[in-house]
Amino acid sequence: MFITESFIFTLIGTVAFVVLAPIIGCFLAGLDRIISARMQGRVGPPLLQPYYDVRKLIAKDDVTVSGVDGVYMTCALVFTAFAGGIFFSGGNLLMSAFVITMAALFFIMAAYSSRSPYAELGAGRETVQVMAYEPMVLLMAVCFFMAAGSFNVGAIFNQPLPVICLTIPAFIGFLFILTIKLRKSPFDLSTSHHAHQELVRGTTTEMSGKTLAKVEVMHWCETVLFLGWTGMFFIWGTPLSIILGVVVALAAWFFEIWIDNNFARVKWQAMLKWAWIVALVCGGINIVILAFI
Amino acid sequence: MGYASKSPWVIHYDASSCNGCDIEVLAALCPGYDVERFGIINTGNPKHADIFLVTGSVNSRNIDVVKQIYDQMVEPKVVVACGICACTGGIFHDCYNVLGGVDKAIPVDVYAPGCAVRPEAIIDAVVQAIGILEEKSKALQAAKKGA
Ligand code: SF4
Repeated sequence: MFITESFIFTLIGTVAFVVLAPIIGCFLAGLDRIISARMQGRVGPPLLQPYYDVRKLIAKDDVTVSGVDGVYMTCALVFTAFAGGIFFSGGNLLMSAFVITMAALFFIMAAYSSRSPYAELGAGRETVQVMAYEPMVLLMAVCFFMAAGSFNVGAIFNQPLPVICLTIPAFIGFLFILTIKLRKSPFDLSTSHHAHQELVRGTTTEMSGKTLAKVEVMHWCETVLFLGWTGMFFIWGTPLSIILGVVVALAAWFFEIWIDNNFARVKWQAMLKWAWIVALVCGGINIVILAFI
Repeated sequence: MGYASKSPWVIHYDASSCNGCDIEVLAALCPGYDVERFGIINTGNPKHADIFLVTGSVNSRNIDVVKQIYDQMVEPKVVVACGICACTGGIFHDCYNVLGGVDKAIPVDVYAPGCAVRPEAIIDAVVQAIGILEEKSKALQAAKKGA
């Protein structure tokens, strides 16, 4: 009985996520481009520019190098939808993290399938990015479990205090790897949103038309999910605290855009080293603190 | 208005000649003019591009490169020849290795003359190209529906 109930919740959550996340994510992406342009002293594109781009890409002719990259990207989108559904229906945080990593793996497969040297390089770098952020994501989930007493995101609504009160180091570590997860500079190694000219077009080099449109939509959904993870730390028993969660998530997102525009890309060695150091220090300290409380 | 004209992504290739037009094209794409206002992105990837800006004349060495880039672009696509070299071969037209304008290699949609081509002429040409892109996009949609 319990399993079927949570299954139905996840399904409803997934449907809601599929409908809402692309809309919210599209607006966020448009705002991102306008804010970035303003930071560079430009006017920037219209708010709906990401939507126009995707519509144009869908209307392009179907050309594919390998024949399977479109299928891999569809899988990536489906897993992203499930990860979002699991999280926003109050499901298991760890499960959500694993499923979104599956989406990242399918994205990597899509890039590898083209056999292009640029795409393969991008896929290799994306793999390194997964290696860099995954330890911190897991430690964040463990800290969440120790603080909330459950891996279920829904448990935050039974808390007398927001989870952040006990997990400040883990949250800082999570903010660090959020930049990697959102593929923002200085960690936009696998594919960059700004540099269209360079080798760093990476993973998406051989993708065009509908496949590239899927990458964009996946990125919108990912942004919403990761900002959801960010907001989760600040929500507790009172439903009003959801507003606080949304505000903090938006602030974190603005912070990411600021970082994106102010820091130059680093080498993958530096990213891996720092991501693991941050994960071990922040995650480790937090686990020790929580173990003694 | 369709979506093709709202998000025209550009790729630029400098075939040969003196590079004067090349610099003018990059000047027109620089942040000062902020072409991103019109959804234009300067991509380095033919698979992502809708508009192909070529400067300089075609010679026996680069004709294959020009064809390669054109072939890799996904329909609908338009080609703009920027500068008199790209239109006809210009002052280099009787060089021993020069074959002529870009239309010796690929079909050209818009010719923007000038030596060097003025940024205003480039912008004019790109606006025209966007119109043609829109038409081609509609034709492609109709063909897809018919098929
Ligand atoms: S048209 Fe004139 S300025 Fe342009 S590439 Fe040719 S020679 Fe140079």
